[in-house]
Amino acid sequence: MLKIISPIMRIIEIPMLFAQRRLGIQRLAWLFLLPNLLLFGLFAFLPVFLNFAYALTGGDGILLEDRPYVGGQNFATLTDCENYLDPNSCNRDFFWRAVHNTVWFVTLQVGFMVGFSLLTALILNRDIRARGFFRSVFFFPVLLSPVVVALIWKWILQRNGLLNSTLEGIGLEGFVWLLDRGWAFAWSVFLTVWAHMGFYTLILLAGLQAIPRDVYEAALMDRASPWRTFRKITLPLLAPTMLVVLVLALIRSVQTFDEVFAFTGGGPGSATTFIIQYIYQTGFAGAPRLFGLASAASLMLALILVILTGLQLWANRRNVDG
Amino acid sequence: MKKTILTTTMLASAMLVGAGAVSAQEIRFMCSTDGNECDVIGEILDGFEAENPGVTVAVDVVPYQAILENLPVQLAAGTGPDIAKVTDLGGLHEYYLDLAPYVDRDYWQASFGDTLDWYRGGPDDDGIYGMHSQLTITGAYINRTLFDQAGIEVPPLEADWATWAEAARAVAEATDTPFPMAMDRSGHRIAGPAISYGAMLFNADGTPLLVDEGFTAYVQQFVDWHEDGTMARDVWAGQGGSTYQDAAQEFINGDLVYYYSGSWQVGRFDEQIGDFFDWQVVGSPCGTGGCTGMPGGAGIVGFEQTEHPEIVAAVIDYLAQEENYARLTAETRNIPAHIAVAEAGVEYVGASDAAAAALNAWAAQVPTISPIAFQYQGYVNNRAMFGITVERVSQAIVGELTVEQAMDRAVSDLAAVMAETQ
Repeated sequence: MLKIISPIMRIIEIPMLFAQRRLGIQRLAWLFLLPNLLLFGLFAFLPVFLNFAYALTGGDGILLEDRPYVGGQNFATLTDCENYLDPNSCNRDFFWRAVHNTVWFVTLQVGFMVGFSLLTALILNRDIRARGFFRSVFFFPVLLSPVVVALIWKWILQRNGLLNSTLEGIGLEGFVWLLDRGWAFAWSVFLTVWAHMGFYTLILLAGLQAIPRDVYEAALMDRASPWRTFRKITLPLLAPTMLVVLVLALIRSVQTFDEVFAFTGGGPGSATTFIIQYIYQTGFAGAPRLFGLASAASLMLALILVILTGLQLWANRRNVDG
Repeated sequence: MKKTILTTTMLASAMLVGAGAVSAQEIRFMCSTDGNECDVIGEILDGFEAENPGVTVAVDVVPYQAILENLPVQLAAGTGPDIAKVTDLGGLHEYYLDLAPYVDRDYWQASFGDTLDWYRGGPDDDGIYGMHSQLTITGAYINRTLFDQAGIEVPPLEADWATWAEAARAVAEATDTPFPMAMDRSGHRIAGPAISYGAMLFNADGTPLLVDEGFTAYVQQFVDWHEDGTMARDVWAGQGGSTYQDAAQEFINGDLVYYYSGSWQVGRFDEQIGDFFDWQVVGSPCGTGGCTGMPGGAGIVGFEQTEHPEIVAAVIDYLAQEENYARLTAETRNIPAHIAVAEAGVEYVGASDAAAAALNAWAAQVPTISPIAFQYQGYVNNRAMFGITVERVSQAIVGELTVEQAMDRAVSDLAAVMAETQ
């Protein structure tokens, strides 16, 4: 292989050295970065700037030139509330219902996600039989497409689904789980935890395995109870990993859309409508398409995500600094 | 010398190729289908291509969602097709090509009558923009076998909603059927019954009103029927936002006595129900505002941004000719919007007796359609009004808002839409 590559590299070396002499190392680096920067700029930065522009315009036109400048009116419309805790008092009640749902969802989902992931990681870290198999089982849902996850659980929970058949089979009465607001919300939390906890379990498992065994051996020699060992050794040493898991789960939870949209469509009513779905419906699915309002909502969401990302960076820095 | 001959030959060949490229004109037709419409259109247009050598009409079959969501963006960006089959008839008006300069206006006016208005920009607009290829009417189907099994008489055509609800409940109870009634989750679907309850939907000056006493009365009744189990909750409470949901599968499975949907379900029922049970079209129940359903459907339009407006107009005009339209209607099992075709009657190709009877029953419903329903169907912002209806009525059904709150919200939603679209 080296015999083939070496002559090619020698040929490339000539123009490279020439370009390096003419441009200097730093400029040459920029030259190589240019194609990527152009693509990244076109498909990542440009849409971000366009989003800002759309957020400051109104009307139902698609092209920016057809849209009148309205300044901060879209933000004012979204935040026009008498009482932020009561969506009914808000100008855009669906937006605030989505915000409320998202806050509740994030609180519950992240709590359960981190809790169950930790529990699972602790169990899978023990010397149990078929440990490799169980690790695969818990990770498997992560590999599934969100729509597949949603359809599986829809089939289980619908009126004539697997769960009701089982309940009726043992003499209990079935229930229409997804037509009740509370249950639909609870199942949405469950479904997303089920689908993603394998990923976080894997990270926590790696964190657990990084804890030196001799610390546990010392605790064992000191006759520390398992609970005390967990509190005084495992938790403090796992804290940096836990923080990363927490922040990652938090960011992902705020962005929840696909599974729940395919699962409940945001219903019943608006019980499982989250911020991303509000943005999608306002900007694309509804009529007229209110791009300005959707862009303003997405910028407000972006602000939350920037704060959460900042939190992660801060946590990482603290971790590195010790 | 040889060099001269070679150069001349090459130049001549290049000119020939160039001339060929100029005369070969391709028209792109974006088509979506819930049956065989696009195939039949393609077959009919083979005849057009034969009559117009050098013109190719490429029929691109796309999902319906692409027509709803992608086509408007493509048109705004100037990259749309030349022709498309659309359902947001008034909503895309700004992009339509006016066919009037290229077609026989008298023929079109005499053949398509009021449906031409659905594609126009307003009362002062007399352009010809689209051929209504698929006329649909909303209304109800019953599972006739369940009525017979229950020994309950089918209410007469002029029966009101309360009579139908009572009959459907009685049949469901007697036959242990899970759902007495169901209606598609759609603002279009609920409009006909609301008009039958006296909803005007528009002010006297033609501005949209949506909520009035008649509309609220039907919504209240609709919500009550969801609470007492008359209506299947799964349809309206099973989704969020303004997402469409039908109950066709429940009807096909024999789990539903009375299904309010529309004429486009005939083909599906004919194919999937077969001999499983007898089904029947019973149209729209009556009320103080009449016995009306909502007209609707799809139409074929050309777009102003096309480079070949004359050919686009010729293609659509070809499809609008009586014999071609009759063939399209017969083979796609639709209700004709072409007046002469409707008057002559349609012999549906391959339809069973039940399907043919159903299609004729739907066609008989056309004269009962309220002018308000026609106006609503042709109104440019009707999709927004449909969306508002679905979202707010759903909230009332699941208990997020009272009916009164939901109606207040619908009024403010409509005001916001009007402000944004002015």
